[in-house]
Amino acid sequence: MAIPLAFARDRRATRAMAVAMAILFLVAPGAAEAGDDNALPVSLTGSTGDPVRGRAIVVNRRVGLCLLCHSGPFPEERFQGDLAPDLGGVGGRLSEGQLRLRMVDSSRINPTTIMPAYYRTEGLTRVAPGYQGKPILTAAQIEDVVSFLLTLRK
Amino acid sequence: MSAFGHQRLAVLSLCLAVWLLARQAPATELPAPERRSGYDFMSRETRAMQDDDTANPGMLWVKDGEALWNTKAGEASLACSDCHGDARVSMKGVAARYPAIDAALARPVTLEQRINICRTGQQKAPAFALEGANLLALSAYLGRQSRGLPIEVVIDEHGKPFFEAGREIFYRRQGQLNLSCAECHEDHWDKRLAGNPVTQANPTGYPLYRLEWQGLGSLERRLRNCLAGTRTQVYDFGSPEFVDLELFLMWRARGMKIETPAVRP
Ligand code: HEC
Ligand code: HEC
Repeated sequence: MAIPLAFARDRRATRAMAVAMAILFLVAPGAAEAGDDNALPVSLTGSTGDPVRGRAIVVNRRVGLCLLCHSGPFPEERFQGDLAPDLGGVGGRLSEGQLRLRMVDSSRINPTTIMPAYYRTEGLTRVAPGYQGKPILTAAQIEDVVSFLLTLRK
Repeated sequence: MSAFGHQRLAVLSLCLAVWLLARQAPATELPAPERRSGYDFMSRETRAMQDDDTANPGMLWVKDGEALWNTKAGEASLACSDCHGDARVSMKGVAARYPAIDAALARPVTLEQRINICRTGQQKAPAFALEGANLLALSAYLGRQSRGLPIEVVIDEHGKPFFEAGREIFYRRQGQLNLSCAECHEDHWDKRLAGNPVTQANPTGYPLYRLEWQGLGSLERRLRNCLAGTRTQVYDFGSPEFVDLELFLMWRARGMKIETPAVRP
């Protein structure tokens, strides 16, 4: 699997991406990984994200885009989408690794999902010039979002 | 894991992927009784604005278009009306049939492009800029003459390849967000994207006045919004891909009534 250009400049991220891809390969359907199937247990950056930054990303319609489709416990946000499940309580339903995999590439779980893969740059068509070769979120942003989602236990 | 294990795993994953793709039912076209206009999704206030000609801002462009229709232009010093007479008679139902095949170009053209063909070919005047005020005014004026009439684009064997190309674009996943038109407008038209109704993408009212634009815009302008929203490379105004897509969208909305100039949020 080719390493996206955007990461080539960032050695640390390149390594994280390689790790991520290796793990994705291991949990590909057919491989019986003990216990936590369909999960990406290892942090993409090697460290834990910041839930406060994560929340800001999730509610930002130009960065996380989450509220285009999802709703959630964000009383200050007036217009939320209903194309996807409510994010309330999601940290209680899914483990850290499961949340991470859903952020990195949810089509690994549901091949026909409409949720964009936030950390994948291959297999896309006619990406607008400013976004080519870049994932929707960086590895650090993904970790921030995962940390935040884990706080949604309700 | 042994090299063999890896290989077997890869083959297995591939088989699974192929199976999943094959199993995925293709999005299907909406049957006629379920076709709905963007109008049906609007608030009562916005509908009232569209329905009342004195409140509908699109009527300002229609008025300008009427003036242009009767103004002599170009080296030929001809007005549209010199050839076509009263638009209320001669242009009735025309907008409902576009895009239509242009024999000389051997491909479908939009109403805007058709207007420019008359302008350069008959009036011997420079083409109007696509999405410019003059062309929007003229196409709003012509569209107005089809208001209430059903869309009836014709797809014959000349149009078929262009229609198929348009259909292909509609169902293709694209952009950084990897979404197809159909995923929003066929599979989720009853849902809300950040609070906005998604709608079925039936192009019944173009050119139309969008409150968000504070102005009149063509169908292609709307399509550019949707492409930009999914972070997809946009097509140029008047590009063959857009015309093909429009042909498909109009066919998909066949039988629905023209609302030009419509109002949308
Ligand atoms: C274009 C639509 C779309 C966008 C944008 C989107 N999602 Fe999703 N998401 C979905 C859908 C649909 C599902 C339901 C499962 C599926 O279809 O894959 C889902 C599922 C999830 C789940 C699993 C929920 C559960 O209860 O199992 C999580 C967590 C999630 N999304 C988080 C996010 C976050 C965080 C963002 C933004 C950074 C985001 N999503 C952006 C459409 C979207
Ligand atoms: C992520 C969701 C999404 C995707 C993908 C999308 N659109 Fe849209 N589209 C919308 C929304 C939201 C609107 C605004 C509804 C409104 O107010 O008219 C809209 C409006 C439209 C309209 C105007 C309908 C009217 O009543 O005037 C058309 C036509 C349209 N889209 C076509 C397309 C086509 C063609 C594509 C693919 C090239 C596409 N859309 C992709 C969400 C989407």
